[in-house]
Amino acid sequence: MTAGTAAAAPRADHLVARIWRDGNGRIGLVVTGLLVLAAVLGVLGVLPHDPLAQAPADRLQGPSAAHWLGTDQFGRDVAARTASGIGTSLRVAVLSVAIACVAGSLLGVLAGFFRGWADQVIGRVIDVLFAFPALLLALAVVSALGSGWQNAAVAIAVVYTPIFARVARGPTLSVARSEYVKAAQVLGLPVRRILFRHVLPNVAAPILVQVTLALSWAILTESALSFLGLGTQPPQPSLGLMVSEARDIAALAWWVLAIPALAIVIAVIGLNLLGDGLRGAADPRSRTGGDR
Amino acid sequence: MSSVLRVEGLRTAIGDVEIVRGVGFAVAAGETLAVVGESGSGKSMTALSIAGLLPRGGRVVGGEVLLEGRDVLALPEARRRAVRGAEIGMIYQDPMTSLNPLTRVGAQVAEGLTAHGWTKVRARSRTLEVLAEVGLPSPAAIARLYPHQLSGGMRQRVLIAAAIAPRPKVLIADEPTTALDVTIQQQILDVVARLRDEYGLAVVWITHDLGVVARIADEVLVMYAGRAVERASVRPLFAAPAHPYTAGLLRSIPTPATVHRGALPQIGGIPAAPSGLPAGCPFAPRCPQRIGRCEHEEPPLTDRSPGHAACWVSPEHWAGEAR
Repeated sequence: MTAGTAAAAPRADHLVARIWRDGNGRIGLVVTGLLVLAAVLGVLGVLPHDPLAQAPADRLQGPSAAHWLGTDQFGRDVAARTASGIGTSLRVAVLSVAIACVAGSLLGVLAGFFRGWADQVIGRVIDVLFAFPALLLALAVVSALGSGWQNAAVAIAVVYTPIFARVARGPTLSVARSEYVKAAQVLGLPVRRILFRHVLPNVAAPILVQVTLALSWAILTESALSFLGLGTQPPQPSLGLMVSEARDIAALAWWVLAIPALAIVIAVIGLNLLGDGLRGAADPRSRTGGDR
Repeated sequence: MSSVLRVEGLRTAIGDVEIVRGVGFAVAAGETLAVVGESGSGKSMTALSIAGLLPRGGRVVGGEVLLEGRDVLALPEARRRAVRGAEIGMIYQDPMTSLNPLTRVGAQVAEGLTAHGWTKVRARSRTLEVLAEVGLPSPAAIARLYPHQLSGGMRQRVLIAAAIAPRPKVLIADEPTTALDVTIQQQILDVVARLRDEYGLAVVWITHDLGVVARIADEVLVMYAGRAVERASVRPLFAAPAHPYTAGLLRSIPTPATVHRGALPQIGGIPAAPSGLPAGCPFAPRCPQRIGRCEHEEPPLTDRSPGHAACWVSPEHWAGEAR
């Protein structure tokens, strides 16, 4: 992994610049940047209001100068809770996608490189996991592990691992047969070095795109699990949980429901647009530069 | 003179089909053996068998590959990996795709050294040394470039540098000039010839280009359908081929005269497929000198001036028309 990042480092600024030039990518970058900013503010607790502080006297206030996005049924500031909820959702999403990305990519690269029985075993397990609808599988895992945001992260990781395995396996098949991998074998390099230095960096682009898409799905899945009471536990704010808590009072105070729901929609759209831009920027056909 | 690399009775199969059917040769230090043949004659499979890098499903089913007397085919895989690169270097057909596009070329040369126990510091200085030896200007600057920033000829030089950096005893060149234009071809031939002399490399040069053979080889092995049909020193072979197939190959080299006439002589028919070889000599269906015996009995490689040939018909019978 270290070798891969070292090789990719000199291109990092290029990549962001290329995403920026792409219209969708630019919107995605901005939205994702704002999400991360909100999450950081929420986590650091530098917001004007404490997301957990209840004020029964101020409950169900509409948007005002004191509470920009109003208050909920316990008088808690919706803006602060939404920012903090984005933080919770992003934390679960990043953690689960990180696990899924590392585990899935590794399995996919091993399957694609060695073929044979490893490919058969990994392939069949992936097929089985794919056979379940994503949310159903996540629900099953959380039910088995118990609720809570850590277990929700593990459940989402289990759901997305096969996707990464499949995304990594395809390009590995062709890279494994490439002349430069043969050349590395002729030089007598150990298999581990060939895998991490020659195969992984060359299949990284589609995996990277998959990361942004998986992040948006993971936010959605985390919200769904929390909505059902299986993810983040109250009073900790999470987008899904906030929507769930606001169901009964939506008729009285629309903002309590609308704001976190809107945050979910914006987060998913923003990360998808970023993934779109990344797909274009990381496309190997546009990467060769002025070479051909 | 003792041979660095000696191959005896090498037989290699993919699945149930034998692609290499008993090939033998020897190469001494500082000498070049050219292995010549059409596509599918088994010449590349011979090279891959020696390097121990057969494609999936391929395996050596017989024979010996002796590197300074040690049979490398008998070594366990871990030891073979140590031999590969360190003692047997290899360069290949396509310099455009043989380098990892995401790694600086200097690092790619150096990693072949560190994989065989060199320290990073020594590998780095050795890398700059070999990049200079293959004729690349300002090696320190070149080492920092990515493959797409180099031309085809420069990439092939980098690959040669990577192959010779660990000071191997044998260099196998699998058609390394085929993808290059003629002037670059000549430069690469010169570089390899110079390194061969400086390092005392035993070079096995695989090609279908007889022009290249004439320029670099000492000995020539002509392969057809997985077998050596003729083996001789380069000059006598070009002057007096002892096998009708070699004679046919030589006739099909364009000369001003044949180009003027408009029709390039060629060997009729199609190359024998390894999966469906005829009972007798595999070249018999295409051979203008065919006699009855060729149809049902495959000729062995025997002494036949100037070298060895596998043919029932003596060249005196057809020499007049061949040349």
